[in-house]
Amino acid sequence: MALLQISEPGESPAPHERRVAIGIDLGTTNSLVAVVRNGSAEVLADEAGRGLLPSVVRYEAADSGDTGGRTTVGIEAQKHLARDPRNTISSVKRFMGRAVADVPNIENAPYDFIDVPGMLKLRTIAGPKSPVEVSAEILKALRYRAEAQLLGGSTTKLAGAVITVPAYFDDAQRQATKDAAKLAGLDVLRLLNEPTAAAVAYGLDNAAEGIYAVYDLGGGTFDISILRLSKGVFEVLSTGGDSALGGDDFDHRLYCWALDESRLTLPTPEDTRLLLLKSREAKEHLTLQGVARINADLSDGRRINVTASQAKFFEITQHLVQKTIGPVKKALRDAELSVDDVKGVVMVGGATRMPHVQRAVAQLFGKPPLNNLDPDMVVALGAAMQADQLAGNRAGTDAGDDWLLLDVIPLSLGIETMGGLVEKIIARNSSIPVARSQEFTTFKDGQTAMAIHVLQGEREKVSDCRSLARFELRGIPPLVAGAARIEVTFAVDADGLLSVAAREKTTGVESTIAVKPSYGLSDTDITRMLEESFQKADEDKEIRAQTEVSVEAEQLIAAVAAALLQDGDLMNHDERSVIDRAMAELSSLVSSSDRHRIKRAFDALGVATATFAQRRMDRGVQSGLTGRHIKELA
Amino acid sequence: MIDFSADHFALFGLPRNFRIDSFELDRRWRSLQADVHPDRHASGDDASRRMALQASSRVNEAYAILCDPAARGEYLLRLLGIESLSETDTSMPADFLIEQMERRESIEEASDAGDHTALELALAEIDIERRVLTAGLADFLDAQATDDAKTSVRKLRFLDRVKSEINDSLIAIEA
Repeated sequence: MALLQISEPGESPAPHERRVAIGIDLGTTNSLVAVVRNGSAEVLADEAGRGLLPSVVRYEAADSGDTGGRTTVGIEAQKHLARDPRNTISSVKRFMGRAVADVPNIENAPYDFIDVPGMLKLRTIAGPKSPVEVSAEILKALRYRAEAQLLGGSTTKLAGAVITVPAYFDDAQRQATKDAAKLAGLDVLRLLNEPTAAAVAYGLDNAAEGIYAVYDLGGGTFDISILRLSKGVFEVLSTGGDSALGGDDFDHRLYCWALDESRLTLPTPEDTRLLLLKSREAKEHLTLQGVARINADLSDGRRINVTASQAKFFEITQHLVQKTIGPVKKALRDAELSVDDVKGVVMVGGATRMPHVQRAVAQLFGKPPLNNLDPDMVVALGAAMQADQLAGNRAGTDAGDDWLLLDVIPLSLGIETMGGLVEKIIARNSSIPVARSQEFTTFKDGQTAMAIHVLQGEREKVSDCRSLARFELRGIPPLVAGAARIEVTFAVDADGLLSVAAREKTTGVESTIAVKPSYGLSDTDITRMLEESFQKADEDKEIRAQTEVSVEAEQLIAAVAAALLQDGDLMNHDERSVIDRAMAELSSLVSSSDRHRIKRAFDALGVATATFAQRRMDRGVQSGLTGRHIKELA
Repeated sequence: MIDFSADHFALFGLPRNFRIDSFELDRRWRSLQADVHPDRHASGDDASRRMALQASSRVNEAYAILCDPAARGEYLLRLLGIESLSETDTSMPADFLIEQMERRESIEEASDAGDHTALELALAEIDIERRVLTAGLADFLDAQATDDAKTSVRKLRFLDRVKSEINDSLIAIEA
């Protein structure tokens, strides 16, 4: 098929043979589609010349006359935000891959949520809608825009799309985004991290070389990525962020302030939406001007009329700006770099227009940030460039024109081990794609099944990390504790999506799953747990030590009990009662929180069983059972 | 695409030696990824895309091991049939352990007090010690003194852990 043909080296593809691939920035506030035409990337505008599509979707009732059951997207939908808040969905990106409990400030969102495990749904007049479906409507609108302008009504199809996601998105959020694209009929060439996309657009435009930071503060998410740009290779060294921090939060602060100032509380969903819109307008004014008015007529006839000064706005939102600084420092530390190593800071996302954000970044890095690309467009442009390359349109161009993106995974992955602790298998900031295996063993004699619980996060305790999936490996051959060897392999692909496989190595029993979002901690929790993991490192250490002692004690009791059952005849009554007492003592302490006492009882049982262990070993040697370690016997 | 049966050194076309030219290693990693990265095979068929994913993952795995002195030493010993981090044999010189326990105590104090300077200093100290250990490990491996090499690998692993704990504390202080 001509359309799929890749031209020979040195031969430029004829225009009709080009595969048309698009780049989509699926944003919290606005979404864009861009494409490479005649060698340069451009954003596709609507009939009115607008490139930005507001990420707003409105559902209408099936019986509302001739427009019945319609779904509108963008400016048209946005007009109804205040009038019909429940059926007009904005900032849906905050809900991707999230349950109700996961979303911060959800009580201020004027929607009717359905709290289903895994991912929440929104009750609308057109029925319950998942965030994936709502996002798919936005993607569809962009797809139609691209098809109309690029394919000119011909029957050919788009070759595919690169969809951008926040670098700090976890597995559940990425999977939800990919599902939305599929639902919109798009073939996903790649999920691309937003700061990486921006780096491509910036780097290629400016022939940049060296260490760059991309500071991306969008409508609902914050990312920081540190990259090394060298001879067409964009190597992400580290990434950090907060997947629930963005321009929306600044609106929300102004909204709360305006309510406070007016001494008003508890507005209706309509009023909430109206006041949030007015707050956003005021924020945009305050980016450029000294004062802004917030005026709103509420549904009960009351009126909000307050004036916010720029100084006041900076004051009430400074802590939000400050929240971005920790992740920046952490990303630098993870990359083992200092601010002086950074050649330039590329600013991305509409929220970086705010003067106090600019100032904080300049102050931290000791140099003015780079603002020479439109912060709203740069991600979509980079995505379009990458889409063009992935579609194979750059094959045969000069090698010097080609580039390579080497990205990383933002959060560590691990599995639950004994005592509710997490064993990390892939560390954050590992280059992807990546596969890593680790061996685990059974805890009890004759154990034939093993539950595998996959987690994402930096903390040591399972309850402090986000649960990604649980699955069970069955059919493990019944062996003594510790004899089975279960190899768990984590594989993260170039989209940052995880799959896990487990195999019992002595028999080859295999179990593979694609990780689907499960329940667990909230999104803010993910970010918070990362911060806390450092603050609470000491507390964790104590808990880990405590848990380890308890686990070891249980193992020893089980081992001694099994040994007594098998070789109890090796001891006389008195010797036996010494062991029984030591065991009873340890058993009574196992679940206590005094790890020093457990340790003492543990050691005492070890001493009490020393002779027994020696006799068992002798018997083992006599009966030809050589090579077993003393630990297995006692 | 790549030879999956090759060891990590052969995969990168480097001699099987602990002493490694990190600049050359980086260069070869990028050049290998330029061939095998899934982005380079995005318009291929399913089989070639799967192959690219596996090859690229393998190259990253090898790179992660070759970059890190402790992992590289452990890997070289394993190629010689020696496990340096087995669970039954974890012996370490007593003076080293005592030194590290004291170090850990002072690090804990510094973290509790939020003493940024002390932690940075400890980090710098550890980096020097790691360099000395790494140089020693290279000599031991040259001389095929595998027992000494094993001990160096363990010490390096230990210091790596302490280093990451200090980093975590610093991140917490800076947050």
